[in-house]
Order: sequence, then C-alpha cells, then structure tokens
Amino acid sequence: MTAPVEPGPEAHWRAALQEGRILLQRARGSGTVFFPPRLAEPGTGDTDWEWVEAPALATVYALTIVHPRPPKEPYNVVIVDFDGGGRMMGRVDNIAADAVRIGMQVAPRIVTIADEPAIAFEPVGQA
Amino acid sequence: MPSNRWGRHERGRFPRGRAAIAGLATWGMGEAPGHTTMEIAAQAGLRAVADAGMTIADVDALFICLPDDIFAGLSFAEYLGIDPRFTDNNRTGGSSFMSHVITASLAIAAGHIETALIAYGSNQRSAGGKLSTPVTWNQWDAPYRALFPASAYALAASRHFHEYGTTRTHLAEVAVAARQWAQTNPEAFAKDPLTIEDCLASRMITTPLAKSDFCLVTDGGGAIVLTATDRARDCPRAPVPVLGGAAATWYNSVAQSRDITTTAAAESGPRAYRMAGLGPNDIDVVQIYDAFTINTLLFLEDLGFCAKGEGGDFVSGGAIAPGGRLAVNTNGGGLSCGHPGMYGLFALIEAARQIRGDAANALPNVATALAHGNGGTLSSQATIVLGSIDTV
Repeated sequence: MTAPVEPGPEAHWRAALQEGRILLQRARGSGTVFFPPRLAEPGTGDTDWEWVEAPALATVYALTIVHPRPPKEPYNVVIVDFDGGGRMMGRVDNIAADAVRIGMQVAPRIVTIADEPAIAFEPVGQA
Repeated sequence: MPSNRWGRHERGRFPRGRAAIAGLATWGMGEAPGHTTMEIAAQAGLRAVADAGMTIADVDALFICLPDDIFAGLSFAEYLGIDPRFTDNNRTGGSSFMSHVITASLAIAAGHIETALIAYGSNQRSAGGKLSTPVTWNQWDAPYRALFPASAYALAASRHFHEYGTTRTHLAEVAVAARQWAQTNPEAFAKDPLTIEDCLASRMITTPLAKSDFCLVTDGGGAIVLTATDRARDCPRAPVPVLGGAAATWYNSVAQSRDITTTAAAESGPRAYRMAGLGPNDIDVVQIYDAFTINTLLFLEDLGFCAKGEGGDFVSGGAIAPGGRLAVNTNGGGLSCGHPGMYGLFALIEAARQIRGDAANALPNVATALAHGNGGTLSSQATIVLGSIDTV
C-alpha cells in the first residue's frame, strides 16, 4: 500500500498563496514554466520539476471588458503571460476598464476574492 | 503547432465511405414548450429512423448527449425500449456529435455494430432561457467573473483583432450572412432584417462581442441514423457517406491555449481532409459551429478556406451570404437558425440535407459538405467530411 505523504500540487500551491507567495512550476529538464499546478510537465509527463516564485512582471495577452447591465460597472478580464512562461486568467486593477491594452506590462499581487486569496494584476510604469 | 510536435497529423485511419447517413430529422426547432429534453431527442430520433425506412428495432447502437442527464445513453435505451449493443454519451461539448459519427463509423466498418442512432434534444429556451448545463469556468478562472462561455470567445476575438486587424464590421458580416440564409429557411428562428449597422449598434456585452455576435438560445432536437453504406443504398433516402472524420482537443480552459487565435480545428480539419482524400477547395458547402461570430472566422481559417488572420477579409462583402463565393451555414447557423445549447448535430444535419438536396436553401449539385463542431470554449474540435454516393 502506498500512502500519500504530502498534499498534492494544488493544495501546496494554495497553502503558499495563503502565505503570500505566488508559485509556478518549472520542469528541470526543459526549463518550461507551467501553471495551473499539476503532477507532471504538460506534454512530456516529466515529474522532475521544482516550485519557483512567480516573476514580478507579466504581459496582457488577451482581454475582454464585461458589461453588466447598469448600474453595475464594466470590468476587465484578461489572460496574462508571466515573463518566462505560465499563462493564466486574471484581472487588472487600479486602471479604468477601457484603458487595459493587450501587450501592457502588469505585476501580480495577492488579493481577496470571495473571501479567498487570489491573484490580480496591476499596471507597471503607467503614466 | 502541437499537432506537428507529436506528428499526430501523420497517424490515424478512417474507413472512408464505409458508413453513411441513411436518415435524419429535426424536431421542435425554435420553441418546444411542454417537452422534456428526452422527449425532444426521441421525437427527432423516431423521425430519423422512419426517414431511413427502418424501425427502432433496427437500431443496435445509441449515441446521445442531453444537457440535463449525464447518463443519457442509458436513459435513451430505456426510453426507446431497445437493448443496444453499444451506447455512448461521450461529451466533448458541442462537438460531441461529430465524435459520435467517428466512433459509430469505426464500429460499423469493423462490424461491431450495424446501425447507430445519434440524437440530441434541448428545451433550453422553454426552460427559461438559461444555459441548461452545469459547465462553467474551472477553479483557476472562476474568480475573475468572466461570462461563461461568451467571454472565452471575446478573449480570442480580442487577440485576433490585435494580431490581424480584424474588426467588429468583420464580425457583423458573419451575423448578417447567417441572417440572410435564415430568412429563407422555414425552420429558422430569427428572420428579422439585420444590417451591418444594426450589429455595430448592438449592445456590447463582453468586448469585442456585442449581442449580435451571440448565437440564439432556442429549443430543438436532431437525430441521424448511421449505417453501412451498402445497407444505406437500399434505404429510401439518398445515402450520405462519411468520407472522413477527425477530432482534436488541445485544452479545456481558453486561458490555457498556446495560441488563442488558432484552434484545434487546424489539426482536426487537415486530418479529416486527408482521410476523405479532399481539400478545402473540393468542399461545396460548409457548416460550422457558430456559437459566436468569431467562431466562423477562426474555423474558416483553421479549416483552410483562407489563411490565418484573413478570415475578416474573406467574409467581407457578403462572401459567405447567399450568392457569395462560399456557402457557409446555409440554414442560418447557430446565430440565426437555432442554437439549443449544443449545435454540432445541426451542422451535420444541414450538411447531409445539402447533399441529399432537401435543405431549405438547397444549393445545386452539392457533392461534398464539411460539418465542423466546436466543444467547450474553442477547446474540442471535430470535423466531418460528407459526400454524395458518387464520391465513394
């Protein structure tokens, strides 16, 4: 019998986020950085990977502005690429919804969404 | 391209022309109040079996998806009172039915089954206009409150706009073309006049997609009977052989796309063509899963009808509308004919009707048709090439 001795990658990732750290995984062989957390490098199944801290910079890859019926305010939803690899959905805070642009540099930070720690982004070097 | 990374284009065989659509039907298109999803699927299924000149006792394999029953295959066997040798409710979203055609064709060619009934039914509109599916964002995407599934398509559209200069006018061309086909289809749900200007003035919902870029929310059911082509020759209707079929899945969440402007149709399409021994230039009519206007552009590109990024120019000036250079979604598509939650089977039915010559907007001399299904949020793609009996 093989008993699990430590939590799975997702639980580990969530515990780290709770402690204020944003983690990604990096395969030691290929150097590929990936997200969301999983047991093996996607596409190869390589289980020789390590946790790495998310970089300070990411880039907006795709974006949409959701327009709820007034009086609710429009809000943005983006897909971002971390520098060095790893793609995730997110939002850009501290900017007007219609001022977000594809290609914009953003920085990740930990926020609270629905009482849970989550990742959001804010613009970097905006005028 | 991941498809090249693993060389998957080079593998895979298909029993070209060995199975054929012998019967088909739709039922309850638009609104079917007072009917359950199973009743709608069975209404279409019984009619498709009759259309094939068969009885339900001839069916020995069932393929079905229902929005509200994850054991739909079992329920369908019970409902019809038959004991199928094979039952499959594999669901890859709206592309499920193309996958069902592939599985059924392989099983028929292998002699594992004789006659498959592939069916779908939805009361999505009568049930209150809600998407009657439990599917939504995964745990990684959910916190950001994007609209499911619309914002996934909007994210792809935003990148397509950014990389290729695609515009909302290009999207409007798709919506207007679909509407023009629908206007001469008695089965179509939305027939009001629609102009490019109307689309551009349409209420923005998830930028850059406005209401006119969204498919309909309707009820409706459909079914096809698939059997050996040799057997289908003895059925009352002209058989519609399946020349090629291929599926490809690259991800579930659109946030995990490698290139959000290129879908797995770029893999399923070429493999289906190769199996059929045809290319995009050989296809007479195209039925594609237009849950949103951007789909039509993405899939026309990925299926090789134009180069990547040129979808907007390709559809401009009414090019896919009646009288245009390529007949696309000749029933009005999910945008204007009907979209009961999962559209894939309706693209197949319209493709087969065009080959049989009994489509509402029947085009002359249709020998080949492509039906393309999309499942999830641009996630699972499946392509079927159909032909007339003369193409086998």
